[in-house]
Amino acid sequence: MPLLNDDQKMLQETAASFLADEGGPAKQLRHWRDTGCTDGYGTALWKQFGELGLTGICIPEAQGGLGLGSVEAALVLEEIGRNLTPSPFLTTAVVGARAIEATAHAERWFPGILSGEAVFALAVDEGPRHGPDRVAMTAERRGNGFVLNGQKQFVVHGNSADMILTIARTAGSPGEREGLTLFAVPRGAGDLESATLADSSKAARLTFSNVEVDADAVVGEVDGGWEPLNRALNSGRAGAAAELVGVAAGATAMTVDYLKQRKQFGKLIGEFQALQHRAAHLYGEIEIARAAALKAAELLDSGNEKAELMVAVAKAKAASVARLAVQEGVQMHGGIGMTDEHDIGLYMKRDAVLGELFGDVYYHRNRVAELSSY
Amino acid sequence: MTESDAFRSNTRAWLEANCPPEMRQPMRSEEDACWGGRNWTFASDAQRVWLERMVERGWTVPHWPKEYGGAGLSPAEAKILKEEMARIGARNPLYSFGISMLGPALLKFGSEEQKKRFLPEIARGEIRWCQGYSEPGAGSDLAGLHTKAEDKGDHWLVNGQKVWTSYADKADWIFCLVRTSTESKQGGISFLLFDMATPGVSTKPILLISGNSPFCETFFDDVKVPKDQVVGQVNRGWDVAKYLLGHEREMIAGMGLGGTGGTLGAALKPDDPLLRAEIAAFDVDALAFAAMSERFFEMFKAGEAHPASPSMMKYAGTELNKRRHELIMAGGGSDALEWDSERSKGGKAARDWLRTKANSIEGGTSEVQLNIVAKHILGLPGA
Repeated sequence: MPLLNDDQKMLQETAASFLADEGGPAKQLRHWRDTGCTDGYGTALWKQFGELGLTGICIPEAQGGLGLGSVEAALVLEEIGRNLTPSPFLTTAVVGARAIEATAHAERWFPGILSGEAVFALAVDEGPRHGPDRVAMTAERRGNGFVLNGQKQFVVHGNSADMILTIARTAGSPGEREGLTLFAVPRGAGDLESATLADSSKAARLTFSNVEVDADAVVGEVDGGWEPLNRALNSGRAGAAAELVGVAAGATAMTVDYLKQRKQFGKLIGEFQALQHRAAHLYGEIEIARAAALKAAELLDSGNEKAELMVAVAKAKAASVARLAVQEGVQMHGGIGMTDEHDIGLYMKRDAVLGELFGDVYYHRNRVAELSSY
Repeated sequence: MTESDAFRSNTRAWLEANCPPEMRQPMRSEEDACWGGRNWTFASDAQRVWLERMVERGWTVPHWPKEYGGAGLSPAEAKILKEEMARIGARNPLYSFGISMLGPALLKFGSEEQKKRFLPEIARGEIRWCQGYSEPGAGSDLAGLHTKAEDKGDHWLVNGQKVWTSYADKADWIFCLVRTSTESKQGGISFLLFDMATPGVSTKPILLISGNSPFCETFFDDVKVPKDQVVGQVNRGWDVAKYLLGHEREMIAGMGLGGTGGTLGAALKPDDPLLRAEIAAFDVDALAFAAMSERFFEMFKAGEAHPASPSMMKYAGTELNKRRHELIMAGGGSDALEWDSERSKGGKAARDWLRTKANSIEGGTSEVQLNIVAKHILGLPGA
C-alpha cells in the first residue's frame, strides 16, 4: 500500500489541528453531556466540518465535494477518535453520502451535507446485535408508495437526523439478502424513542406502524437494497475501524504520559517492566490496527474484490485493539482512571459504542471465516 | 505503457521462460531450500538451473548494485519481481544469511575491498555464511560476550565459544562478534569475518526438541584471522551488529506472514465451532499483520519507519507464527502428533510446531524486543 501522498498528509494535518483545538472533551463531549444537549454533539462544530470541506470528502467533485475516498475519511476519523469528538461525520459524510451516491437522492441531500447542516442516520439493526441480512421490517407497496411496519434500534443520531436511511423487506424472508429495499425516510416518520448511550451519544429506537412513504423514497432499486446498504455499511465499518484506531491511540498516548509522571515506591511507574511490556505490546497492536484500517479503506476506494474481507479484518482488529487499549488505560491509571473527572474513562465508553457499531468483533471474525469459506 | 509496466511484462516473460516447472511447486520440506556454498549438493537439476539463471541476472539480490552481483533494481522494481515470482509460485532460488544479514551490513559498513571480495560470492551462492553472536553466557545480554580476539600484530587470535550458530556445521564462513577490548562493554566489540575451515574452528550440532539440529555450538581454539577481516572499525562492531540485527528481525518477522495467500481457516476447514472461532480470530490478526508488513516495507523504503520498529515487527510476527502452529496442531488432532511416519511427512506438523518456539527467542527474545520498543519508541524511563 502506498504511503500517504502530500495532499493526504495536508488533510491529516488540517483535521488533526482542527480537532485538537475544537473537538476535545472539554469543548465538546463534556460540554454537551453536562448541559443536557439533546443532539449529543455541537451543531456549530458540524458546520465547521463543512466550512473546512471535510464533509465533502466522499462526495464527487462534480457535485461540489472533494471527490476523495475512504482513505481520506479514515484520516479524519482517526483524529475524531483521538479527540473523542461527538460528530455526525461517520453516519452522514461517510455512510450517508456513500448510500445515496449516484442515486436521485444525491442532488437533494449533498448540498446540506457539504454545508455541515444535514444529518443522516442509518437504521439497520432490529435486535441488540448487528445482523443486516436478518432484517424483518416490511415495506409493502400501497398506491404510489410503501407502507412500513417494524422496528429499529441503535440508530445513531436518529433523533437529530434530517433523514434516516432505513432498510426494510419488500420481498423474501429474514436471512436473505434479496428482497431488501433501502428507503430515505424523512424526519418525523415513525415513533421515536431517544436513548442516551454509554458514551453520551444519542441513538434512537424507531417503531413504524403503517407509516407511509412515497415511492421516490427508495434509494437505488426496489428489492435491490442490499447493494447500497452493503456499500454504506462497509464504508461505515472501515470508518469505525479508523475511529477506533484513534480511540486506541489517544487512550494509549494518555496512558504512556501517565507512566512517565506517576510515582510510586519512589519511582516513576513507567520504570516497571511489568507495565513497559504491556505498553510496548499495545504500541505494536495499534500500528497493526492502523495498517489494517488503511488497507481496508484503500481496497474499498480501488474497488478491489478483497475489500469486503479486509473491511471485516479491520473492524475486528481495530475493535479488539481499542478494547485492550482502554482496559489497559484505565488499569494503568489506577484509581484516578475510575473517576469521571479523568478523560481515560471517556475513551473506554466511546470504544464500547464504536466497537458495537456496524458489527462487533465477533460478527466480523465470523465474516472473515465466511468470506474464506470455513 | 509506463516504465514499470514494461519491467513487469519483461519480468513475467523471463520468469515464464526460465523458471523450471519443479521450482514452481511449493516446497515440501526444508531440504527443498537451496542454501548454496562450497559443499552444497543440489537436490535436483531444476534447483541448480534455477539458481544459475537467477544468479546470471543478478536476481538473487535484485536490489544490490551490479558491481557486487546484484541487478541494481529500484525498490519498486524489486517489489515487482517479488510479486511476479509469487504469481507463479516460484521458489526462492537461494536461502542465505549472506543475503539477508551479512550483505546489508557489508554494504553499509564494509570497505570497498571487502564489498568486492565478499558480496559477489554471496550473490552467486558460492559461500554459505553463519552468524556467531550468542554465547553460553551472552544470550539476551548479547553485549556481555566473552569470545576474544587478540591483536597479534599480523593477525587476530580468536578464542572462545559461540552457541545457537545456525547451520555452523554446513557454513563456509562466519561473521562473528568478538571482544577486542575489555574497557567498555559495547565499545569493546568488533565484527570479524573468517573461514570456518581455519584450523582451531570446530562445531557440534545441538539436538533440539524438534528432533532436528539446525543450531550448533561453535568453538574457537587459537584461530588465526587476517587483520583485514574486521568490518567497520575495531571496537565499533556493536554498531554493525545492531544494524544487522535489524535486518535479521525483519527477516524473522516475515514468518508472521506464513504461507502464500489464503487464510489458515481456509486451509484447516475446522469443524469444531470453538476452534473455528479461535482460527477466525487468528486470521484477523494474520491479515492485519500482513497489511502492517506491507506498510512497514513502504515506510522503511521511504525512511519513515522508526529505527526500532523492526523490534515491533519481530515481536508481532513471531508470536503470530507460534499461534499459527498451535492452531495447525489443534486442527490436525492426532494426525499432527505422528513423529516419523510417511503419512505425516516425517512428523512435519509436529516438528515445525516445535521449531516455531525458537522464533520468539532467536534474534532477540520477545521480551528484549518489548524492552527496545518501550525505551526507544515510547521513551519510558529506565527501560
